[in-house]
Amino acid sequence: MPDRSMIEIRNVTRSYGTFKALDDANLAIREGEFFSLLGPSGCGKTTLLRMIAGFDTPTSGSILIDGQPMDGIPANRRPTNMVFQSYAIFPHLNVEQNVAYGLKRMRLDAAEEKRRVDEALAMVSLAGLGKRGATELSGGQRQRVALARALVMRPKVLLLDEPLSALDKKLREQMQVELRRLQQAVGITFILVTHDQYEALAMSDRIAVMFGGKIAQVAAPKEIYQRPVNRQVADFLGGMNFIKAEIVDDAGTSIVVDTLGFGRVKTDKPAAYVKNGSAATIGIRPERLRVLWDDATARHEVAGTVVERHYFGEITHLIVEVPGMDRPLSVTETNDFGADDLPLGATIRLGYDPDALVAMAD
Amino acid sequence: MTAAAEGSIAYRKARQNAKPLLQSEAARGFALVSPTLAFAVVMLLVPILVVIAHSFWTQNYLTVDYTFTLEQYRIALTEPIYRDLLLRSLFISFSVSVLTVLLAYPIAYYISFHGGRHKNLWLFLITIPFWTSYLLRVMSWKVILGYNGVLNSGLLGLGIIDEPSTALLYNSSAVIITLTHAWAAFAILPIFVSLEKVDRTLIEAATDLGDGPIRSFLRVTLPLSMTGVISALLIVMIPTVGDYVTPKLVGGKDGVMISNAIQAQFGKALNWPLGAALSVSTMLVVSAMAAASVLLLRLLVRRAR
Amino acid sequence: MKRLLDRWLPAYAALYIVFLYLPVLLLPIFSINTSAVPKFPLSGFTFKWYEELPRTTALLDAAWNSFIVGIAASLLATILGICAARAITRYRFPGRRPINGLIMAPLILPEIIVAVSMLLVLQRMGLGLTLFTVVLGHVLICIPYSVTVLTSGFEGFDRSLEEASADLGETAWGTFRRVTLPMMAPAIISSLLVSFTISLDDFIMAFFLAGTETTLPIYIWGQLRFAAKLPSVLALGTLLLVGSFILLTIAETLRRRAERRTHLTGVAVA
Repeated sequence: MPDRSMIEIRNVTRSYGTFKALDDANLAIREGEFFSLLGPSGCGKTTLLRMIAGFDTPTSGSILIDGQPMDGIPANRRPTNMVFQSYAIFPHLNVEQNVAYGLKRMRLDAAEEKRRVDEALAMVSLAGLGKRGATELSGGQRQRVALARALVMRPKVLLLDEPLSALDKKLREQMQVELRRLQQAVGITFILVTHDQYEALAMSDRIAVMFGGKIAQVAAPKEIYQRPVNRQVADFLGGMNFIKAEIVDDAGTSIVVDTLGFGRVKTDKPAAYVKNGSAATIGIRPERLRVLWDDATARHEVAGTVVERHYFGEITHLIVEVPGMDRPLSVTETNDFGADDLPLGATIRLGYDPDALVAMAD
Repeated sequence: MTAAAEGSIAYRKARQNAKPLLQSEAARGFALVSPTLAFAVVMLLVPILVVIAHSFWTQNYLTVDYTFTLEQYRIALTEPIYRDLLLRSLFISFSVSVLTVLLAYPIAYYISFHGGRHKNLWLFLITIPFWTSYLLRVMSWKVILGYNGVLNSGLLGLGIIDEPSTALLYNSSAVIITLTHAWAAFAILPIFVSLEKVDRTLIEAATDLGDGPIRSFLRVTLPLSMTGVISALLIVMIPTVGDYVTPKLVGGKDGVMISNAIQAQFGKALNWPLGAALSVSTMLVVSAMAAASVLLLRLLVRRAR
Repeated sequence: MKRLLDRWLPAYAALYIVFLYLPVLLLPIFSINTSAVPKFPLSGFTFKWYEELPRTTALLDAAWNSFIVGIAASLLATILGICAARAITRYRFPGRRPINGLIMAPLILPEIIVAVSMLLVLQRMGLGLTLFTVVLGHVLICIPYSVTVLTSGFEGFDRSLEEASADLGETAWGTFRRVTLPMMAPAIISSLLVSFTISLDDFIMAFFLAGTETTLPIYIWGQLRFAAKLPSVLALGTLLLVGSFILLTIAETLRRRAERRTHLTGVAVA
């Protein structure tokens, strides 16, 4: 698939009085991509989605869909369709009528309309439920109807506004897999708005992380998780140990730093890295620190004392104090070797891969 | 990509200048409300302003003298007949509203706290009588309270009295009873709504903190349902002051109210300015009484806490 | 205290219902009583008071007038009510509260003052008093009820339903026709029925604004002066009571259906 842009967001700002819900955002979303807008509530992700759909208008800047500027084009004439957070299933219509709602305006012949409705219902595993009343559906079924109703329009872009947030945990995880599978089957560009980092990581080709109306980082899930550009992104995506460091050498794409506890480290520089004098922050995810049992060794080690232990079933969370470091390390360890039995006060050694250390802006 | 590329929605050229006229939220809302607003202005606001204007004029048979004068107010407020009518109307509307609210509160409380699944049925049951012809309801009370009426014949039959009482009908109490009945639903509904909004865990919290049922009612339920009590009081007090049918049918000589005088000025007597001044005075005085009642009530409730 | 309440509150509630219904139930009872004087014990069963009704031309004229006025007033009040209720629930605009206050004011103003104010202005404008002026008056007093009924129908309405419609390619008018209107239909019908009932029952506005025309309440008012006519008035009243009861039961059922519908759309969000 070529890297053609399906959506282009060019210098888009949306302000309400003095408050900027979205501040000079620039973004290109590729054709056929599963793209997520991830961030805490109020970060501007929903505002951006609603502007793409045509329910909100940028204060300045422009939005292009498939190369066409969208200025002045209302929602009903855009090649996008949306799955609403509340699903917005028309309660006075049955499943079939809901799905056929948008088709009615195209004046297809009856047989063709029925074929497309059935096809869409089959796609979301609701075949045979067409006559069911909208008010008789479970949460999961409502979500599927909303999906079918949007997909039947064959949009260029499908917009999903927190579509899984109303479902319970188990159903949510099941729908994540299904949504991803569906997107790959139809090949349409999906844009998902979510505040759930696991959801974004599990489903997306690429993610834009947003804070306070600004896009902080756009990258593939693995990149976002392992190489966050700053502490805010790192924090939002999961636990991270932040280590104070001093820059010794800054050459091209990598830098060499002296750290408290981890010695001298050479590490990659993220693309959007911003240098702040000679001080730097190095991060390492808790699960990238492994407890070294008995006489096992690693090329890179750090020793410390267990001060807290929290049991989570399949994993245990350890807080380890390392001499010379200003604050303790968080370590996530699977329980197969007995991390849940480590006594408080025990001295342990932790092994790590230098690649797991990442430099980031504050 | 074929499915997506089919492009079910046709593109049209961006029409830069075709921004809808009523784009802003405020403009759209205002446009939508304007027909109703215009009707209310023409049929209510303007007429009331015209009435106020009239109250400062004088009328000599059919010709209106437009010189500003407070003469009508002097007549309305100091002439014994009007003053007495006004005072009696105030007394009646005050009694009716207090009585209605007192009688309505337990019912609203019962429905809200003990109505269970039948809350809606109870509310429906209470509103039904209110929807039957007002004239006939008043008429019914005349039948009940009359000399040969239901109450007298019932009491006679039970041997409680020897001869029919004439004290039941054609006086202020008959008016008060009839109006209390007529306005019941208007008092129950707002109190019920406010009681429904009382978070039940607050009452449990009060009990948990050591309050008995009476104290938790006085310190939690009652203050929180006060908005309902106040709106019930106002919604009964202000309209009843101007009731026309009830005093006319069951009030007799001793139950005549200000509305009967207002009607006379606009009817037979044909003295619009005086009728206007009576109307305006009634509204002002009843508003003052309503405001005072609300203040007093708030004070009392604060005491109870 | 709690025991006392548990025991006495239901008894009080029952007593209150008796108080509310007693006057209303006397109408049908005395309307089938042979005696022209309404008193106990009843003297005998008859339908003669009902049989008289269709032969009274003045009554039929008044009933027809009331019907026409009721239809016109309920239609106008509901249309104006839709505008106001939708504007108030859907949009934020400056002056929303005072405007709402003015529209709802007839609910709390003494009706006679509203009526004489209108009378004064209509007279000064030189507009003759006809059934049309009665309709104007009835629309004014029906609007607050219409707005209340419609607002409760509009309030739970999930805005994203209209957005979903636009998103699926529908125009603003199409959205109104295919989503908003069907969703609102029960509330609208309910508003029509409630307004019709109010108009049918209203005496004061008609009394001041009808001129020489008569509506049902004016006819009844006239009859009340004659003691001998009382039973037939009670018969008429009984018919009106049954009529209102049926209309309002329909209105209430529809209102509840509308409420359930709007509530169900919210289930997924909750």
